Amino acid sequence: MTDAPLPEERTRTLAEKVWDRHLVAKGENGTPDLIYIDLHLVHEVTSPQAFDGLRLAGRPVRRPDLTIATEDHNTPTLAIDRPIADLTSRTQIETLRRNCEEFGIRLHSLGDIEQGIVHVVGPQLGLTQPGITVVCGDSHTSTHGAFGAMALGIGTSEVEHVMATQTLSLKPFKTMAITVDGTLRPGVTAKDIILAVIAKIGTGGGQGYVLEYRGSAIRALSMEGRMTICNMSIEAGARAGMVAPDAITYDYLRGRAHAPEGQDWFDAVAYWDTLATDDGAVFDAEVFLDADTLEPFVTWGTNPGQGVSLSGDVPNPAGIVDANERSAAERALEYMDLAAGTPMKDIRVDTVFLGSCTNSRVEDLRAAAEIIRGRTLAPGVRMLVVPGSARVRIEAEAEGLDRIFTDFGAEWRFAGCSMCLGMNPDQLAPGERCASTSNRNFEGRQGKGGRTHLVSPLVAAATAIRGTLSSPWDLAQDGEKK
Amino acid sequence: MEKFTTVTGVALPLRRSNVDTDQIIPAVYLKRVTKTGFEDALFARWRADPDFVLNDPVYAGARVLVAGADFGTGSSREHAVWALRDYGFDVVLSPRFGDIFRGNSGKQGLLAGQISEADAQRLWDIIEADPGVELTVDLVSRTARVGALTVPFEIDDYTRWRLLEGLDDIGLTLRDESRIAEFESQREPWRPRTLPARQVSL
Ligand code: SF4
Repeated sequence: MTDAPLPEERTRTLAEKVWDRHLVAKGENGTPDLIYIDLHLVHEVTSPQAFDGLRLAGRPVRRPDLTIATEDHNTPTLAIDRPIADLTSRTQIETLRRNCEEFGIRLHSLGDIEQGIVHVVGPQLGLTQPGITVVCGDSHTSTHGAFGAMALGIGTSEVEHVMATQTLSLKPFKTMAITVDGTLRPGVTAKDIILAVIAKIGTGGGQGYVLEYRGSAIRALSMEGRMTICNMSIEAGARAGMVAPDAITYDYLRGRAHAPEGQDWFDAVAYWDTLATDDGAVFDAEVFLDADTLEPFVTWGTNPGQGVSLSGDVPNPAGIVDANERSAAERALEYMDLAAGTPMKDIRVDTVFLGSCTNSRVEDLRAAAEIIRGRTLAPGVRMLVVPGSARVRIEAEAEGLDRIFTDFGAEWRFAGCSMCLGMNPDQLAPGERCASTSNRNFEGRQGKGGRTHLVSPLVAAATAIRGTLSSPWDLAQDGEKK
Repeated sequence: MEKFTTVTGVALPLRRSNVDTDQIIPAVYLKRVTKTGFEDALFARWRADPDFVLNDPVYAGARVLVAGADFGTGSSREHAVWALRDYGFDVVLSPRFGDIFRGNSGKQGLLAGQISEADAQRLWDIIEADPGVELTVDLVSRTARVGALTVPFEIDDYTRWRLLEGLDDIGLTLRDESRIAEFESQREPWRPRTLPARQVSL
C-alpha cells in the first residue's frame, strides 16, 4: 500500500495499476517516482561492480529475502563438474559466490537443480507472480511480465541501488496495447507473433513504453508462449511487456515452491483478479496484428526488426524509403552475406541453436522434439540443445526428450545462456550461419563473425532436418512428394 | 560523481545508426569484475578494422561522440557506458537512445544528449570537414557548439540536475528511508520471498 492517494476513480491499465501499488514516493517537479521492488534477480555478469559499490559505501543488501542469484551467462554446458577452463569466467562466477556468501544472498550454483537462466529460474520457482515488480541486471527481465508483473531490465548502478534501497527511481512510462486477435495456425507460435510485432513497430517502436499484449491469440497462449513474447519486448525498444494474469497464469503458479499457500493463495488471487486493464482505459498507443494470417517468421538482418515471413525473400534495400533503414539493411546484408531477393527458404545453415531465455523451457523442447522424432539431422549441420535450467533438463530427461535429441544427432547440453551470447565456449565460428531460437541477431552476438537467423523452436527443428531455413509446413510437403 | 557543467573536446563522428551495446562492447569483455579499464573494449570488433573512425589519430583524445539514431539499444550492460567513459568520452549526442543506456549514462556522469537528425548531419559535416575540431557542450544551456554552429540538445530535467550537482543516486534515495520502511511495513504477507528457500520435488 502507499500513502499517496490511489487514483481508484479513473480507469487504469494493468501497468498503471502495478505502478500505483508500488509507489513509495511520488516525484514532484520532474523528479522520478520512487518504486518499491518486490523481487531482485541477480547473476554473475552485472553484479560484481554493484556488490563492490556496497562494500565501498559500507552498505548491506537491504532485503536479502527479496533477492536471489543464479549462475548462467558464463557457465559451461559441458563437463560442469570440472573447474571452468576460461579464467575470467571462473573469476566472475567465484566472485558471485563470494559476494552472495558475504551479503547473505541465496544462490543457485552450477550443479544445483534450480541453477539456470535467471529468467527461467524465477518463474519456475514460483517467485515471479502477478502484480509484483521484478528487476534484474539483464534486459530480458521483460520475460517476467508474462505473469502480469512489472519486470524491468536495469543497469549495474541500478542493481546497486536496488540492493541498497529495494527501490528504484523511475519516471512513469507510456503504455502501448498490442492486440493480437485470431487463431494461430498449427506450426505458428508465440515466437512468430513477437518477431512479426517487432518487424512491424521496429526496434525503436516501443521506446518509452510498457507494452501490454492483449487479444484472443494472447489469451490462448500457454505461460511459456507468453514468456517468449514478453521476453522480446526489449527488442522493440520497450521498457517492459505485460500480459494480464488469468486462469492459465494461476494454473502455472499453483503448487510451485514459492507460490502463496493456504489463505495467502486466496488473498493473492483476489488481488491478481483486479489487475486486468479496466474497460475504457486509454493506452498512449495501439497496435493490431492478425493471428489468422500469420506465418512462421524469421530474421534476415542484424537486428530483430529485420524479419520477414519464412515464405518471403531477402528484401531489397533499394526499396526502403528511410535512408537510415536503407543503409542499415545494406550493412546487414553484407554482414549476413545475403543477396536481395533470395528466397528465405534457400538459405543454408551450419548450426541450429535451441535454447536461451526466449525458448528453452520444457514446452519449447517438447515442441521441437515432436518434430524431429525419428528423423536425422541434415548432413553438415550441428544442433545444440541447451535447456533453460537444470530443472528443465531433468524434466525433459524424465520424458525421454534427451534421447530424441541425441538419436537425431543433436548435442544435449547442461543449462545456461550458452550460444545466445557466446560468453562461454559455445560460439559460432566466423562466417558460420545459425538458426537460433534466441532473441538477438546482432553482429557477432553468437560469436565473432557469426550470422544469426532468429526462429521459433518449430522452425529450428524443421531447419535442422532440412538444412535450410524451413518450417514444419515444408516437412509436410516433403512427405507428400515422397 | 563530479559536477558536470561544460565540456570542450575533440568530437568524433560515428555515422552509424542502431549502434547496439553489443557493438559498443562485445560480450567477451563483460567477464571482468572491475568497473574500470574497459577502454580497450570500446567498439572492439569495429576497431579491428584499421579504417574505423576511432582508429584515426586525428580524433585522438576525443571527448564528444556524435552518433546516429538509436545509439545504445539492446543489452542492458552498463559496461557500454564504462567503456565510453574509460576511453575518455564525456558526452554522446544522438537523435535517439536506448532507454536503459540513457539511464545508465546519467548514473556514470556520461551526458547523453538528444539532438535532431538534421543537427546530427550538420555536426558530422562540420567535424569531418575539420577533423579534430573541438566541440563545446554546455549542460546549463543544453547546447552543443562547434565553429559557428550551435545546436540544442535534450536531456530530462532530473538527470540534468543530478549531473550538474554531481549527486549520488543511492544517497539521494536513502534520504527517503523512513518512507521505504513504512511502505515495507504495509506490504501484503503473501508477496514472494526468496528466503527461507522452499523446495518442491519434481
Ligand atoms: S539467455 Fe541470452 S538473452 Fe537470456 S539472459 Fe541469457 S544471455 Fe541474456
